[in-house]
Formats: sequence, C-alpha cells, structure tokens
Amino acid sequence: MIDAPPALPVTAAKISLFRKLVTHPTGAASLLVLFLVALASLLAPVLATHDPNEATLKDVLAKAGSGHLLGADSAGRDVFSRLLFAGQFSLAGAVVALAVALVIGVTAGLIAGYYGGWFDAVSSWLTGLLMALPGMVVLLAARAVVGPSMWLSMMIFGVLLSPAFFRLVYASVTAVRNELYVDAARVSGLSDFRIIGRHILTVVRAPVIIQSAMVLGIAIAIQAGLEFLGLGDRSIPTWGSMLNDGFINIFKAPALVLWPALVIGLVCIALTLLANAMRDELERSSGPVKKGRKAAAATAAADAEGAAGKRGDAAVVHPEEPGTDTGELLLEVTDLGVGYDQPDGSTTHVVNHVGLTVRRGEVHGLVGESGSGKTQTAFSILRLLPQDGRITGGSIFFEGKDLAHLSEKEMTKVRGKRIAYIPQEPMSNLDGAFTIGSQLMEPMRVCLGISKAEARKRALVLLAKVGIPNPERTFNSYPHQISGGMAQRVLIAGAVSCNPDLLIADEPTTALDVTVQAEVLNLLRELQDELNMGVILVTHNFGVVADLCDRVSVMQTGRVVETGPVRAIFNDAQHPYTRQLLDAILEDTAPRGQYIPATGTAQLAKPQELKGVTS
Amino acid sequence: MYRFVLKRLVSGVLLLFVITTVAYLLLYSGSGDIARRIVGPTATDAQVAMKASQLGLDRPLVVQYWDWITGAVTGELGRSWFNGQLVSTGVSSRVWVTLSLVLGATIVAAFISVVVAVWAAVRRGWIDRVVQFVGVLGFAIPGFLIALGLVSLFALNLKWFKATGYVPITTSFGGWAATVTLPIIALSIGCVAAVVQQIRGSLIDALRKDYVRTLRARGLSFNRVVYKHVLRNAGGPALAVLAVQFIGLLGGAVIVEQIFALPGLGQITVAATGQGDIPVVMGVVLATAAIVVTVNLIIDLAQGWLNPKVRLS
Repeated sequence: MIDAPPALPVTAAKISLFRKLVTHPTGAASLLVLFLVALASLLAPVLATHDPNEATLKDVLAKAGSGHLLGADSAGRDVFSRLLFAGQFSLAGAVVALAVALVIGVTAGLIAGYYGGWFDAVSSWLTGLLMALPGMVVLLAARAVVGPSMWLSMMIFGVLLSPAFFRLVYASVTAVRNELYVDAARVSGLSDFRIIGRHILTVVRAPVIIQSAMVLGIAIAIQAGLEFLGLGDRSIPTWGSMLNDGFINIFKAPALVLWPALVIGLVCIALTLLANAMRDELERSSGPVKKGRKAAAATAAADAEGAAGKRGDAAVVHPEEPGTDTGELLLEVTDLGVGYDQPDGSTTHVVNHVGLTVRRGEVHGLVGESGSGKTQTAFSILRLLPQDGRITGGSIFFEGKDLAHLSEKEMTKVRGKRIAYIPQEPMSNLDGAFTIGSQLMEPMRVCLGISKAEARKRALVLLAKVGIPNPERTFNSYPHQISGGMAQRVLIAGAVSCNPDLLIADEPTTALDVTVQAEVLNLLRELQDELNMGVILVTHNFGVVADLCDRVSVMQTGRVVETGPVRAIFNDAQHPYTRQLLDAILEDTAPRGQYIPATGTAQLAKPQELKGVTS
Repeated sequence: MYRFVLKRLVSGVLLLFVITTVAYLLLYSGSGDIARRIVGPTATDAQVAMKASQLGLDRPLVVQYWDWITGAVTGELGRSWFNGQLVSTGVSSRVWVTLSLVLGATIVAAFISVVVAVWAAVRRGWIDRVVQFVGVLGFAIPGFLIALGLVSLFALNLKWFKATGYVPITTSFGGWAATVTLPIIALSIGCVAAVVQQIRGSLIDALRKDYVRTLRARGLSFNRVVYKHVLRNAGGPALAVLAVQFIGLLGGAVIVEQIFALPGLGQITVAATGQGDIPVVMGVVLATAAIVVTVNLIIDLAQGWLNPKVRLS
C-alpha cells in the first residue's frame, strides 16, 4: 500500500507513451498493422477456411479464387489458412527469442552494471564472443546438433540476441549507479533489490521497450530465413516455410512467394517504424529542457531586438585624431544586419545596423559582453555564419567588392589569402586527425599554389616565427600532443601563412593562461607591424584593447553604441555602457570608477563576464 | 604502431581459439550417438561400434579435440562423415565465392553510404528526411526478401540477369559480374541503410566542429573540407558499423547464396547442417571466425590510420 503513490506516475507515463504513439502517424499505423496481424493469427481457428495441414491432391498449386481464397500450395494446402496459423507459430517463435534475450540480457546487464567486479568482466567478454560470429552461422551449426525444432532454434537465437539488451542496460545502469539519488537511497538503507527495482529499472524501461520492438523484427526475419532454407520443422506452418515452398515453385506459381513475403515484410517494417516512433516520442517528451532553452534564447533575442529598438539612438562617434587616418581603407562595413531563421519562419536578428571601418596597419577592437554580436559580426565578414544564420542587410566592402553579395566561389578566394581568422579556442580549431604540418601546408598549397616542398619550408619558417621552440617536432605532431598555447601559436601561423591583408582575431587569448596570453598578444602585435595588416580584434577585455588597439567599437545587444580612436574612448567615454565596461577594469593603470551599488545599472554590466585584465 | 598491430593480432588469434574450442566441445558433446546416426537405425551394435572406432569417436572428447586442433593449425580439418571429402578442400573451394559476395557488398555499401550520407548531412531539409525514411525501410525489410524481389523482377520478369548459377572470376570477369550483381545488390541494401544513418549522424556532428570553420577561413572550399577533413573524422564510427554489418552479411550470404544457387560457404553449411555432418560444420565455423577476426583486424588498423589517438595509445 505504501508503494502505491510512487507507482502512479509510472503507469501515467506508460499510458501517455501509448497515447502519444496513437497520435504519431507512423506509430499509429504500425500499431494497427501489428494489432491486426496478431488478431488474425489469434483468431486463426475461426477465420481459417481450411485445415492448414490438409493436403488435397487435386488442389495442388490451385489458383486464387476457386475454393481457395489465396490459392493452394504445392501440396494442395490452403494458403490463406496456412498464413493465419503460421502467424501463431512465427509470432510465438519470435516472442520466445525475445523473452530469452530479455531475461538473460537485462538480468546480466543489471548485475554487471550495478555490482561490477568479475561478473562485469566475464559478461562483457562473453558479449564480445557472442557478437563475433554471424547469428545465422551459429544457428545453422546449432541446428546440426539440436535438430529442426523451431522453439529450440529461437531460444538459442534469444541467447545470441541478449547482448542487445545487455549493452543497453549495462550502459544505463553504470550511468545511473553513481547518481546522487541512488546514493541517497543506498544511504537510507534500501536493499539493493529495491534500489534496482525502483530507481534503475525505471531508467532502462523505455530503451528496453524500444529495443524489444527491434529485436522482435530481427527474430521474425531470421526465423523466416531458417525456415526458408528448408531447415525448419516441417510439421508446423510458418511464414518462412511457406516462402520456401513458394520459392521452389516460383516458376509455376509466382504468387505463392508473394503472400508470406508481404506479411513478413509488413511486420518487420511495422516493428522498426514502431521502435522509431517510440524513440521520437520519448525524445520529445524528455525535451522540455531543450524547448525551454530554445524559447529562452528566442525571448532573449526578442529582448535584444526590443532593447535595440528602444535604444536605437545613433552610436556615439568620436572625431578622428589628426594624423591617424593615413592608411588605405581596407574594410568598410555599413548597416550590417545578421539574423537566424527560426523553425516557425520568423527571423531572429542578432546584429543590427552595424558599421565599422578598418584601415591598413590599424587594429580595430570590437568590445562588448557575451552575446553582444561581436563574434557574429566577425563571422559575417568571413561569410562563415553558422547554419540558419545569414546576412539580412547592409554591405561589407573590401577592396571595392561587397562581400555580403559575393558568390561562395569568389568568397573562397578571399578567405585565407586576403582575410584570415584566428579563433578563440585553440584545441578544437585544429583537426585532430591530421598532423600540424599537413594542416599548415594544405591551405598554403591551395591559396598560393606552391609545391609541397616549398609549403613545408614555409610552414617551418612560420612555426619558428611564431615562437615555437622546435618547429620540426611540432610540424610532425598531432594536435593532441601539443599544449593550448602552442596550438594557438600554430593557428596564428596558419592565419598569417598566406600574407593576408586583414586579420580577424576572435578573442585570441581568452582560452589561454595569463602568462601565455601576454606572449600571444606580443606576437600578434609584432606580426601586425611586420605584415602591415589591418586587424579586427574581438574581445571583452579592455586591457587587451588598451594594449593593442588603435580604434574601438563598443557593441551592446547587436549594435555599435560608441566608436572612436582608443584614446578618446578611454579618456572621454560618452555612452553609459562604455563607462560601465571601463569601470569594470581592475587594472592599476586604468581609471577605476566610483563604487556603484549592486543595484540599478551595475547589474547590466555583468562584471562576472568581464574577467580580469592581462598584461 | 608496431605494438598496436601485435596486440590486435594476439587478441584476434585468442578469439579464434576460444570460438573454435567452444564450438567443438558443444557440437561434439551435443550430438549424441553420432555413429548410430551415420550408419542408420537398422545397423547392428557391432556395426555402430566399428563406425565409431573408424571415425575415432570412441576416444575421449579431449583427445579428439587435441587431434582436431593440431590438425587445424596445419590446415587439416578431417573428412566429411557422409561423403568422405576433405573438409579443407570443401571449405576452401567455396570460401572465395562467399568472400567475393560479402566483400563486394561491403565495398558497394561503403561507397553508396558515403555519397548518400554526405548528401543528406550537407543538404538537410527534405532530402535528409527522404534518406532517413528510405533508410528505415531498407533496414527493416529482411535482406532475403529483397533478394527474392530482385530475382522475380530482374531475372524472371525482365530477364536482365540469369536467376541462378555462378561463373568464377578467373574464368570470365564479365560472367562473374553478371552472376554476382543481383546478390550483391540484395546484400548491400540493408547494409547501406544502417551505415548511412551512422555516417550521416557523425557527419552532422563533425560539421559543427570549430575546425571546419577555421579550415574554411584559411581558404579551403567547403567540399574540400567535407571530403578530406569532416569525412575522415566521421570515418571511425562508420567503420565500426561497417564491421558489424560485415559480420551480418556473412550470415545473410547463406540465404542469398541459396536463392541464387551460388556454390559458396552457405551451400555446404546448409547441406552439412541438414545431415548433421559435424566436421564440415566445424570447418565452416573455423572459416567464418577466421574471416571475422581478419576483418576486425583490418578495421582496427584502419581506425588507427583515421584516428592518431587510437594508434598512439
């Protein structure tokens, strides 16, 4: 009685899964097919027009119609009646295989997963052994010993199928075993038996049901295969043996193969589709977290849009300092908009009316908190926005060409050679399957059209130039063999390898240790000086800005709120958001603002995202 | 690398030994009075005893097993109980038919899977949904039903191919190709369905990786990044599925050989199984296990080539 309340939600979940399946189009159709086949087999004695084993010589290979609904087979037995009775045996055989597989697989999986130890080792090893040989060959070998009994064959096949459940249950149990609530149950003195029953079985139930549908389908197929080979029990009608009879007489009566093949195919398809539908529904019902996250993102984006609309005032533009605008204008972004297409057809705008310019030899800092659109702006200049993202308006002029409207083929020529990119996270931006050297050489050979030997020479020079102590060794290393700081140097070497005119660096030091950060910034400055590149430096760190930049644009919620020469921004910030960012700097050289109580505007600044300052 | 290969090799040989040992013990101890079955129910006890001693069945099981395993190492697998033919000749003359079928189906399936999976993963949208749905169907329909369908459509109705028969590849390549085309198609459809799902999934994961953007930012075209980098990274899980499918294909080949009347391993297996010809069954088990172990070894090496972390650990 005490057990009753917690048991309730379990049945509720079961009912709701069944209810959801009924409304799922393929799920409902599959259930209907399976239900009809099972019902017809059960009612075989009522529905059948003939005794399934009654052979009539004059009816041998009789056509459909004449006294036999679907005709008669090579022994003059009624096909329709045999089909119905065969359903009983074929389905029962598959259920026997499933039952054996379930009992062995689930029990062994629970014990091995929950207790571990020698049982775990032995059963995992046995699983590997069972899966090493094709089931068909094992069944045939077994058949040589045990004879033609379908039931024995299906039991043996059940053993062969048990790894399907063992692996599933084992994986779920080992994942759950150390969860806090299971620990709590153990501490509170529940027996292992009760813990397994209450906490662990509920976790594995749904995947086991799905797997059962798949296993039933496989069992029906393999059983039909065995009978089709003529190795089954000839005294009982099965779909497989009917197929065998039909195949032998395929020239004389092609329709004989059709009916059992149709039933076997239908049942197998229905079981697979049912399993898929159940998986869909379970994923959907466990999906509120996902939905929630999406909804939250949508709301946040809508907020951003609303905020942008409200604070739609023009950005604060500081006048140029005399003598700074000498370099040739490299990049001019005007009115740039970036949006993401939503499944419902709407578009979420993450960047609105952004404008910025970069001159040759100039470092333009793009500053703002996470989600302010600075990385999106950088990606859209490279035309490498994530899937569903697109440029919704504005222009990106680079050397007289509007990158926003360039063809993908033209854009490929611009990337790497003219505009290069340094990512934020060094390790995930190297392909772990190739050596550092091959990843450096490949783009050089494509962009510059140089030979392999030349590319190799150049790569080694570059590696030395970015301060890698043993270029030869790093050249031959795989990414997982080098440190994060080294990896970032490699990525910088890769970015400058084709002498770009414009370099886009997306928080190039955020993922690095503080000491390495300073070194990497120095390296960037040196390279920029030497190659006279224009640089867009995306960062949320004003320390980095003070260190490197000539010009700054401050971004908030997808807009540029203030822009100007770096000195002007530091000395004479106009926009309240810029001031908040500046005030958050903890460095001794930069002005520290007045203490602002933790209410009101200070919250907007999200100081926790403006991590300390480097150099 | 050297140690990696050696380790896999040793574990493969060990697996082969365990499988054959277990199979031998189960087959011989489970068969009851074998001599009686061979000479028939009407034979006298003396005749039965004579047959038993002739076949060496009156010796302890362990001694018989020792005989078999020492013979097996030198390629000597005994003789069939029913027609006296050498098991080693019977198996080795047929194993190539089965291997050519299964390897052909695996290669065809791998090639088609890559093309279709890249298509579905890159294009997404309705193409992806169609590929997924057809994949589920191909996976669900038993392979031998597909074989039956192909026979009745292309061999019996359209008469494009001969329904049955086999021409060795050494006799005529064209003839061989004509006889194995339908069986290979029949075998590869289910395999394609399973492998496409796997490659598609790992491709979609790999396409989201940061290095894809970075490589494109270096001036490599999207196709180049997909075919050289993304595919190689998605290749590991795909190979694992292909290995599992290969084992399944060896089983599926038994039925498909029967349908197309191909003189492969399946044919002697079915015959030996029906008669209870244990030495032949043992030979088939050994050959199948050896093929599986070899293929797993090759797949392991390929995994090492694809993923340097596997190789170096």
